[in-house]
Amino acid sequence: MKSSGFDYIRPHSEQEALSLLAAHGPAARIMAGGQSLVAMLNMRLLKPELLVDISGIDSLRGIRVHEKWIEISAMTTQSELLAWPALARELPLVAKALPWVGHFQTRNRGTICGSIVHSDPSSEMPLCLALLAGEVVLRSQRGERSVPAARWQVGMLTTARESDELVTAVRFPRARQGEGFGFQEVARRHGDFAIVALAARSSANTTALAVAGVADVPTVCDVGQLTGAELSEKLHELAWSLGGSDDIHASARYRRELIRRLGPLVIEEARSCRS
Amino acid sequence: MPILKANERTQITIKLNGRECSGHAEPRMLLSDFLRHELGATGTHVGCEHGVCGACTVRVDGVATRSCLTLAVSAQGRRVDTIEGLSPGGGVMSVLQQAFHEHAGLQCGFCTPGILMSLSHYLELHPQASRDDLREVIGGHLCRCTGYTSILDAACAAAEQLRAQAA
Repeated sequence: MKSSGFDYIRPHSEQEALSLLAAHGPAARIMAGGQSLVAMLNMRLLKPELLVDISGIDSLRGIRVHEKWIEISAMTTQSELLAWPALARELPLVAKALPWVGHFQTRNRGTICGSIVHSDPSSEMPLCLALLAGEVVLRSQRGERSVPAARWQVGMLTTARESDELVTAVRFPRARQGEGFGFQEVARRHGDFAIVALAARSSANTTALAVAGVADVPTVCDVGQLTGAELSEKLHELAWSLGGSDDIHASARYRRELIRRLGPLVIEEARSCRS
Repeated sequence: MPILKANERTQITIKLNGRECSGHAEPRMLLSDFLRHELGATGTHVGCEHGVCGACTVRVDGVATRSCLTLAVSAQGRRVDTIEGLSPGGGVMSVLQQAFHEHAGLQCGFCTPGILMSLSHYLELHPQASRDDLREVIGGHLCRCTGYTSILDAACAAAEQLRAQAA
């Protein structure tokens, strides 16, 4: 369980990081908090030639409030966001989901953007980003662009990021008047990878449910105003459509059952706490 | 900063439990291995090496951190506190250590240093922590002996005593 060798650099400016990425391309990996990456290195699932440690870049810190978004910079840790006093008001879904991201000890260093970039299929932050229809901000020497959540995750641990791009921030839409949110998760141990995680967002007109841990990417499903047997039927269809597989933690059948059982609870939670 | 080459060992200096210490590390060397093999501070234990078991938890600049998910090179110049520095010295145990002793919060002791370092940070941040809060913090550690009940008892007793001391 030791990483293979790699070169290492800790740049102090975004420009320096971007020029390194431009020069080294896919041979380089970016490290923010390292809480997913170093585990992958230790298991030799990744063997980068160069590790670019962005923890020394001060311009990549902070939480910014914009008219429509809350923008969370690349080096903002999960603990910092959890301790942000406005979190429950501005991003109630993130406030509910974040305590499920890893443990106290890993949230202290793990970053929000790191979770989004790592894009584990069972991960909570990508699930929230997908349901809230947020966006990811990327910069390279070619310029800046933002990618909407729906086009961000393209497969298992795979995103729309090009190899010369640095994710500088992620934007979550601020909660609007009249919205309610729900979140539930089943894991072997609180803080471990979710077997299934479910999030719901409800407004006066409609409700959407998002599921992580079954398909390769978080999946959002509009359930409208459905209740009772109609909702059950919709969730049953959703559960089958995600194509989950058996693994050491749970069977595909168990995962489908969790969607059918927990789905209505999460939807009810979101509908009942509409502001 | 220049690129550190994969096979080059650079000098790393950290403030380990208040004392400046130096050793050498390749970029791939984990802080856990640096502490144990370069500095001889073997109180920090290494279990799973992928951030799950919590045995290697230390404090970096005061913050509870998995040392197996931290590169030694990125700890350059930082303060690192480990189990070796928890006792106030002179053969006296810290409140946390004493509580674990009194409540039999350990058997083999493998997971203990990590748990104590986590709790020392958490209780500084949250002196009013409830039993449920502490259960969740301990949830970030694996213990294969005690079944956790006595660990939780010890953590609660320590929290109470620290509150009494502060009052």
